[in-house]
Amino acid sequence: MVIYGVYIVSKSGGLIFNHDHNIPKVENERVFSYPIDLTLDYDPKRVSVAFGQKDGINVGHVLIAINGIPVNGSTTDEGKDVKELIENEQNFPLTLKFSRPKMTTNEKIFLASMFYPLFAIASQLSPVPKSSGIEVLEADTFKLHCFQTLTGVKFMTVAETTQTGMDVFLRKIYELYADYVLKNPFYSLEMPIRCELFDANLQGLLEQIEKTGITNI
Amino acid sequence: MTIHNLYIFDKYGTLLHYGEWNRIKQSGITKEEEAKLMYGMLFSIKSFVNKISPTDSKEGFLYYKTNKYALHYYETPSGLRFVINTDTASTSVKEFLQQYYSKVWVEYVVKNPLWNGAPVTSDLFKQKSDEFIKQSVMFA
Repeated sequence: MVIYGVYIVSKSGGLIFNHDHNIPKVENERVFSYPIDLTLDYDPKRVSVAFGQKDGINVGHVLIAINGIPVNGSTTDEGKDVKELIENEQNFPLTLKFSRPKMTTNEKIFLASMFYPLFAIASQLSPVPKSSGIEVLEADTFKLHCFQTLTGVKFMTVAETTQTGMDVFLRKIYELYADYVLKNPFYSLEMPIRCELFDANLQGLLEQIEKTGITNI
Repeated sequence: MTIHNLYIFDKYGTLLHYGEWNRIKQSGITKEEEAKLMYGMLFSIKSFVNKISPTDSKEGFLYYKTNKYALHYYETPSGLRFVINTDTASTSVKEFLQQYYSKVWVEYVVKNPLWNGAPVTSDLFKQKSDEFIKQSVMFA
């Protein structure tokens, strides 16, 4: 029973609220000898694994540290170039630490605006009349639930595939939104939600679900 | 329970086959445009799912549901994509699509020496495909 995240998207498709909750950290460190048995993709922004999954280091994971020194983009914090370090035999053995890329706030905003047309196309491509947009989307690692209010605001949660009762939870968040965001005189519509009471109440709700389950809210 | 329609795309996004059974609403655009829109949506969903997933995923996107229908997606490692629209109550559609792939697609398309990767025109395939869908428990 895990809820990974809560997103609120305004009626124009902008991300106005996001809360991450218990996202598992996937980090792996291993000592490598020359030449390394991974194919790396050297992008100026990040160094990622292109081929050769092994010991929990999967394709798509990014390099975050060399010998304990953090890596920023394609250079280490000491200013050395990552590609030169890894391709020079004299530097070995090297300890490389990889992690699953974390989503930045910008990427989250991008994803939220990407969901908006998907939601609309799903209803356009419907084989039956009067279909709504996407309500549940399931992948092998998570299940996304989306609830659209009559005014067009979308509440979304990302949870484990086995998590039940998400529709109740989504309506509960809507209630909190109505109480602590819309009634806040300093909040202007369509703008990001920065209301302490809302944050605190949502946090309380999530904790309550973790303790007593979703049926008791 | 019903099956509405079925799309088969290759890895480049070409619509190889389209079958329709109980489709009540047409999208209002041509079949070619609809196929492009569908493929584009699936492509976006795939990258969306990959990014938003909390852990590394293997199969990725499986299905989505609206209040009226469910779209199920099955992709083979070779990049062939099977998309089927059913009502929301249908279960184990993934297994059904795997069966469809191995019993209909492989048998009557891949094993047909005259097929060159273009949209399928074989009448035998169309007939077998129709039979297979109509036999399924979901079709009734």
